[in-house]
Amino acid sequence: MMLPAELLSLKPLLPEITLALGGMVLLMIGAYGGERATGVVNGLAVLLLAGVAGLVVWMPAEKVALFNGSFIVDLFARFMKVLSLAGSAIAILMSLDYMKGAGQRRFEYPVLVVFSTLGMLVLVSAGDLIALYLGLELMSLCLYVLAAFHRENVRASEAGLKYFVLGALSSGMLLYGCSLIYGFTGTVTFTGIAQAAGQGGVGLVFGLVFLFAGLCFKVSAVPFHMWTPDVYEGAPTPVTTFFAASPKVAAIAIFVRVAIDAFPGIASQWQQILVFVSLASMLLGAFAAIGQTNIKRLMAYSSIGHMGFALIGLAAGTAEGVQGVLVYMGIYLVMTLGTFAAIMSMRRAEGPVEEIADLAGLSRTNPGMAFFFAMLLFSLAGIPPLAGFFAKFYVFLAAIQAGLYALAVIGVLASVVGAFYYLRIVKLMYFDDPAQAFVPMPGMLKAVFGVSGLLNIAFFIYPAPLVATAAAAAKSLF
Amino acid sequence: MIAPLFFYIFASLCIASAFMVIASKNAVHSVLFLILAFVNASGLFVLLGAEFVAMILVVVYVGAVAVLFLFVVMMLDVDFTELREGFLQYLPIGAVVGCILLAELLLVVGAWTIAPTMPQSITTPIPTDVSNTMALGLVLYTKYVYYFQLAGLVLLVAMIGAIVLTLQHRQSAKRQIASVQNARNKATAIEIKQVPSGQGIKEDIEEKVS
Repeated sequence: MMLPAELLSLKPLLPEITLALGGMVLLMIGAYGGERATGVVNGLAVLLLAGVAGLVVWMPAEKVALFNGSFIVDLFARFMKVLSLAGSAIAILMSLDYMKGAGQRRFEYPVLVVFSTLGMLVLVSAGDLIALYLGLELMSLCLYVLAAFHRENVRASEAGLKYFVLGALSSGMLLYGCSLIYGFTGTVTFTGIAQAAGQGGVGLVFGLVFLFAGLCFKVSAVPFHMWTPDVYEGAPTPVTTFFAASPKVAAIAIFVRVAIDAFPGIASQWQQILVFVSLASMLLGAFAAIGQTNIKRLMAYSSIGHMGFALIGLAAGTAEGVQGVLVYMGIYLVMTLGTFAAIMSMRRAEGPVEEIADLAGLSRTNPGMAFFFAMLLFSLAGIPPLAGFFAKFYVFLAAIQAGLYALAVIGVLASVVGAFYYLRIVKLMYFDDPAQAFVPMPGMLKAVFGVSGLLNIAFFIYPAPLVATAAAAAKSLF
Repeated sequence: MIAPLFFYIFASLCIASAFMVIASKNAVHSVLFLILAFVNASGLFVLLGAEFVAMILVVVYVGAVAVLFLFVVMMLDVDFTELREGFLQYLPIGAVVGCILLAELLLVVGAWTIAPTMPQSITTPIPTDVSNTMALGLVLYTKYVYYFQLAGLVLLVAMIGAIVLTLQHRQSAKRQIASVQNARNKATAIEIKQVPSGQGIKEDIEEKVS
């Protein structure tokens, strides 16, 4: 029998409980309403995600740990939760027109996005290895299904199957790492591991490597990136948008929390791993994207590169570094959603197109779209004064302060190489003979596109809100 | 006296039926022997005093997994005898490998000692005053309720996923409409024809049925 006082102690869990119950209600509405209820379920799912984001912000700001430390709410968790929720809500909004056009208006899509987002919230708040694993699986299981959502499409099915098999493999590695860490420390909570780990030992580092391998798979960092281009290309474009947005935020969040909370004593050990992973991701993201002709594959390599840049901040291992990661993820989310809004509006009368060559001469057929798209691409390349430049600036600054000069220099070089393929698209849009024009952009995509473009400029003029919140969030971890 | 007797009965039946799982020619027999092995294993758990695990073994493995196997074996037309051809010829070499593995396991487990501090440091000590089903319930729904509910959500998502990826509303599929079926009466459902003897009826019966 739960006493009211005990129920009250669950208050920090309110956003998660609301989201879980809301998801089940949406499922019921969809199950009884059928196809007709899809619009209602979509709308309610967006409202639910926005409402939960409001709840997360409204909750008191102090650090709380529930269930013997397996659920932690602090400023860091709040920041990452709001980003994940916003990413998911916007991904649903952007999917509406596309799903209607593809004849795939099914109510399960928003329901799965909601449950996946619940997994992200759990993941961001995880304070021990069991909650980490459960959150990760809840998130990933939804993603596997979403990747194969167009089940009649061979490439979507292939993407789903590939993602599922490789995801299961990475979960196995992660669990192996968890069991080794538990075996060598005797506890699963991050704080307990930090106390018991001390200076480490071979067994613990072995477990750490496997745990990081599993997490690298989820953020699609090299050398665990192989699934990304195929899944991004094969999955329906709204699903790719979702993949590129909030799951990345949540996975980076747990990466940061595990490294900082559970293994502060052996920071020098995991820094080596992260330096290698971020270097390899940046370089592969820059060089492998050059030869791509499909814009979704290009964005896959772009996101691999961006994860490499974000992990530089974590490799620094300082509060400034974590602040850099948080700012990076915030800006990455805005840029990615904007870019995918443009990709989703690459649609002719006969259906959606995905080749980069289809963008040729966009400046003459649709000057507004070309201008904003070019700006987003400049931002992704990291050209000042756009937001993407500052994202990179903060992580490089943290790396230099931590003495990782080589990493920062190679990072800058990689971003120069990366600029080449972004600028190639800009050149194609402005200086090539126009291809057949696209159909007009749906209103919702136009809104997301415009807002993300404006935010990219606004960050230069007024960076304080994001930077200050990220700084406070990063401090709450140390 | 009676407990060791049952231990030997369960253990020997378990091993014997496990052998029959791999030795029997008919795949359905294999699955049935697998069920027998599970039931005997759960008997062993009862003897150990772990009645909850015993019941779960019966419910989950016998009730769900083995029945699922039976379905798969019956529905997929896999020729298991062909797959297993020459199984008994390879038995000697397999037995040698198995014996080496057993010897290694004995060496490892024989040298195993549990650290003396271990029983004190476990997070949830086994209570002696309640049955272990109750003991599990006492922590599962209080201390570990967060994990428990999350695991439930993971299962819910698995269910939604299975439906999303496999359920098809085909227009051509024939469905049972209970109300229409119940509304039929003798007048609408039956048509009586006079059949001249020795000539049969010309109309296509198949068409009438559909």
